[in-house]
Amino acid sequence: MKRFITVISAIAAVFVLVACGEKPQIAKTGGNDVAPFQGATNGFVAAGWKPGDKTSWEQSLKARANNTQNEYSKVR
Amino acid sequence: MARMKFVCDAERCIECNGCVTACKNEHEVPWGVNRRRVVTLNDGVPGERSISVACMHCSDAPCMAVCPVNCFYRTDEGVVLHDKDICIGCGYCSYACPFGAPQFPTAGVFGVRGKMDKCTFCAGGPEANGSQAEFEKYGRNRLAEGKLPACAEMCSTKALLAGDGDVVADIFRARVVQRGKGAEVWGWGTAYGSKQAGQPPQGAKS
Repeated sequence: MKRFITVISAIAAVFVLVACGEKPQIAKTGGNDVAPFQGATNGFVAAGWKPGDKTSWEQSLKARANNTQNEYSKVR
Repeated sequence: MARMKFVCDAERCIECNGCVTACKNEHEVPWGVNRRRVVTLNDGVPGERSISVACMHCSDAPCMAVCPVNCFYRTDEGVVLHDKDICIGCGYCSYACPFGAPQFPTAGVFGVRGKMDKCTFCAGGPEANGSQAEFEKYGRNRLAEGKLPACAEMCSTKALLAGDGDVVADIFRARVVQRGKGAEVWGWGTAYGSKQAGQPPQGAKS
């Protein structure tokens, strides 16, 4: 009986060891992707907005869309 | 900020393929991959309609759902991007996509597919914004430069609109109101058939 308990405890101990050593299986792709409002470092950044400022980036894109894609803002 | 979206105004598209050329040039897209394509219905028949199609950056992207290695991710702006370092070139995303957006270069020997390539909304990839490494893998990151996608900016008739969904919707609505038609292209009638779909163009010129 004592030997049986010892064997069962050993098996349980092995299971606990394996379970505590497992890493979570969650794939987090793109976690290191930098947001576009942080700006680029290649010298082609458009003027009129401040890299790092999300609101400034959004406003500049909105203005750009209305200036370049919406001719009804100039002619009606 | 709303999600980034594309809208192609089928009333204005003249099948010039300027968007296709702009994209191909801007990102130095490999042979065999057409990130953007112009699809024309009733080609040659009066009343033909053309639409420029690329990745639609779906809210519930089927490519993302089926990828066996989870190489896809969605940015805060709603742009669906993928990591070519994780991609194994299985092609599941290409099968799953209803628009045929994920494509594979044809330069591989022995039928090797290589890494999947698709429209990135000019938002590059996981590498540092504007870096050479990012350019070589994914093309230009125009969003990080404060610009809109090359295809929309180069569209000759401004049929293709891209940007913040709210802004794009406002622009399109202004056009539809001004000319009195055009909204029915995107709707139930076109997809499933109705009296409106297939009528010859009427109303004011846009």
